[in-house]
Amino acid sequence: MGKPPVTALPGPEDIHRVELSNGIVVLARHHPHSASVVLRGVVFAGAYWDPLPKMGLAAFVASMLKRGTTRYTHREIYDLLESRGASLNFAAHFHTVGFGGQALAEDLPLLLELLAQTLRHPTFPPEEVEKRRDQILTSLDLQAQDPEAMAERTFDAILYRNHPYARPEEGFPETIQTITREDLVTFHARHYGPRHMILVVVGAVPPDDVVDLARRHLEDWQAPEQPEPPALPPVEPLPGTVRRFVPIPDKSQADIVLGVVGPSRRDPDYLPAALGNSILGRFGLMGRLGDVVREQAGLAYYVYSNLGAGLGPGPWEIHAGVAPDNVPRAIELIVQEIRRFVQEPVTEEELHDVKSGALGRLPLSLETNAGVASALLNMELYDLGLDYLQRYPDLVRGVTREAILETARRYWDPERLAIAVAGPEFPGGESWPQGAPTPAWFAQKAT
Amino acid sequence: MTVIQPRTQDVLQTTLENGLTVLLKPIPTAPVISHWIWYRVGSRDEPTGRTGISHWVEHMLFKGTPQFPAGVLDKAISRTGGYWNAFTYMDWTTYFETLPAEHIDLALRLEADRMVNALFDPKEVESERTVILSERQGYENEPLFLLGEEVQAAAFRVHPYHHEVIGDVADLERMTREDLYDHYRTYYRPNNAVLALAGAFDPEAILERIRRYFGDLEPGPEPPRLERPEPPQRGERRVEVRGPGETTFLQVAYRAPRGADPDFFPMLVLASLLTGPVNLNLFGSGITNHTSRLYQALVETRWAVGVGGSLSATVDPFLYWITITVHPQKDPDGLLRRLDEEILRLQEEGPLPEELERARKQAQALFAYGSESITNQAYWLGYSAMFADYDWFRSFLSRLQAVTADQVRQVARTYLQPHRRVVGVYLPTGGNHHG
Repeated sequence: MGKPPVTALPGPEDIHRVELSNGIVVLARHHPHSASVVLRGVVFAGAYWDPLPKMGLAAFVASMLKRGTTRYTHREIYDLLESRGASLNFAAHFHTVGFGGQALAEDLPLLLELLAQTLRHPTFPPEEVEKRRDQILTSLDLQAQDPEAMAERTFDAILYRNHPYARPEEGFPETIQTITREDLVTFHARHYGPRHMILVVVGAVPPDDVVDLARRHLEDWQAPEQPEPPALPPVEPLPGTVRRFVPIPDKSQADIVLGVVGPSRRDPDYLPAALGNSILGRFGLMGRLGDVVREQAGLAYYVYSNLGAGLGPGPWEIHAGVAPDNVPRAIELIVQEIRRFVQEPVTEEELHDVKSGALGRLPLSLETNAGVASALLNMELYDLGLDYLQRYPDLVRGVTREAILETARRYWDPERLAIAVAGPEFPGGESWPQGAPTPAWFAQKAT
Repeated sequence: MTVIQPRTQDVLQTTLENGLTVLLKPIPTAPVISHWIWYRVGSRDEPTGRTGISHWVEHMLFKGTPQFPAGVLDKAISRTGGYWNAFTYMDWTTYFETLPAEHIDLALRLEADRMVNALFDPKEVESERTVILSERQGYENEPLFLLGEEVQAAAFRVHPYHHEVIGDVADLERMTREDLYDHYRTYYRPNNAVLALAGAFDPEAILERIRRYFGDLEPGPEPPRLERPEPPQRGERRVEVRGPGETTFLQVAYRAPRGADPDFFPMLVLASLLTGPVNLNLFGSGITNHTSRLYQALVETRWAVGVGGSLSATVDPFLYWITITVHPQKDPDGLLRRLDEEILRLQEEGPLPEELERARKQAQALFAYGSESITNQAYWLGYSAMFADYDWFRSFLSRLQAVTADQVRQVARTYLQPHRRVVGVYLPTGGNHHG
């Protein structure tokens, strides 16, 4: 074989981190072999701030940013981006609105100017608001017919109950209908601002140029009224296993989402949970779950587990898509695996495998600008430190079988699971509480 | 303006004595190698009664060999941190592994091994039958799968592009282990395969290892092909699908040139200015399409809430698809008339210079984004060999840059004919409960 290429993991030596005077943190890393740049970041204007009768407001606002600003019309913004093959996207999450973009290196100045325009000066033209409303309503109609999406929404609602994480970021047809242009304008004015904003740029542009551009377009942004991100209330444990079924007739397959509340990304439990999760439902072909439910029983095309750790305690959940008749059996097999997961430690071999996989995956995940940009954003958003990737191998090696078992027990209780199923009728489903959560359901929980 | 030159001068191509084509592209920028093996077999090789067999065979190749029993395979890859997958398409089936460079032998060993030694254990065949039926049921949950399947079947009465890659339930329920094994033995041969690697390797050294693992595999007879060209279409065909939901979809499928046809490049430009840039990269995000003609004419006017297009480089002529999500207050017939007005305008007036310029710049950007991932680079090596050759990819940008307004107008006139299309409508029967 040829000489192995020398590529150091990104670290404090080559990640440029600058805090602008208004609080925005800019992270940049140069990749001279590349022809393009990737941009990622967050502003703290997520769905947490949605009033209950207007669920979906933050997502509506985020989706309007490119539909007209004080300097450019909707058409002009897309013309600038599309005629250069560039992209700029926004997506509202619970805490944050995330943004991402990509362009040829020569177009970074344009991309950053558009980022600043869209974040700071959207105008919410009335006609564009209505066009966008049509699109949101159609996507909600489609979602109501999508078993996986409905199982996921219902799972969040029964798992988090009266915690704000129970609420769907995308809202409901009823709430989207009540949102006025004024609501959009007010939400934007109050919640968009530089407080805790992060901007990451990775690619073929020298970091000093990135910082100059960020200063030019974003450093004079002031929003003194922008509120601090709120502290979340604790999540109350479930009284026992809670089930709910959303019938969607005339579909071929039912979707199951089953799980518990997991750790946040900053929690010391995160890494043992992540390695344990890999053994449970990811490693190889979907881990132990894939082996039992798909390979041995042939019940499902997919069954996997996912650790949704973010700024707060995200769900630790298992997804499966199965024929309606197989729903009870699939749930039984999954719960059996959860029992095993909390009863006995994972084997030496399993732990060795997932550690080896996690370490080997690192260079692969950093192969592209997008991969590096995501890693940098995580370092900043979750206070992991600029040397996190360099420390990561030792952190992984330090996780023990006992730590995984203890962590599994801290979160998983086979007697206290949230289980949501959506799709056609299945054997026994008639005795489950039925129907997707509605705005009224949330209003009632809140009182 | 920076013009991104594809780094293609250094591709090494060779054919082993047993007929295996090898394409190597050293890229030293990251300690990663992506390994792809492509077989010239897909749903176009499936006669009635065997639909879905290529995809099922692909699944069985994950079910083990004597050397790598089921389960061992996945874990061996995962342990390196690498990832792998396989895809079955109409024209081909491909398997890839992207790994830390020092583990490349694992990919070479296991792909050479499962080209000939896959077990097809009868018990595994049965358990996979339900998995594939479940995969199909998952697709059937999607209105656009149900509609697309009918449109495609209406477009191809004779040619085997008639059926979906996943296959028909009737065949999935009846095919036997012997059917699957025959299909495997017929098409999985070194002389029916292309091996493509990109990443951090020395070409001479890696070629030696390729010879070691693949060199002794027996070639087979030239695999049979179904020669069933589609006869000319003599009038518009319409299909209707009713199903749950609140949303109407309109799909219009025009006959399109095959990937190796010189018309394919003007067709790509045509598609990109009608429905937005065509992203032929396997991975990575695309570019939005709000400046495209149909978005402007249909979505901006609130006749539709979304529009998209798709064009693929295929071995035989396939379809250019336009898929429209109809506005809840509008009817598909009125929408189709507006679509026809736009197409007529393009056929008469041709594209504007700035539209051509935009299509070029978009293609160039997508090309640059795609070149950054080693996995995508290796994908392109093999993919272009399936319907043309690597020169197709090498000359991709220059051929696209050379497309003229006149050529675009010409392909619009040739291919976007109402009597050469299928119009499909998904009519929702309701079922959402609001409130």
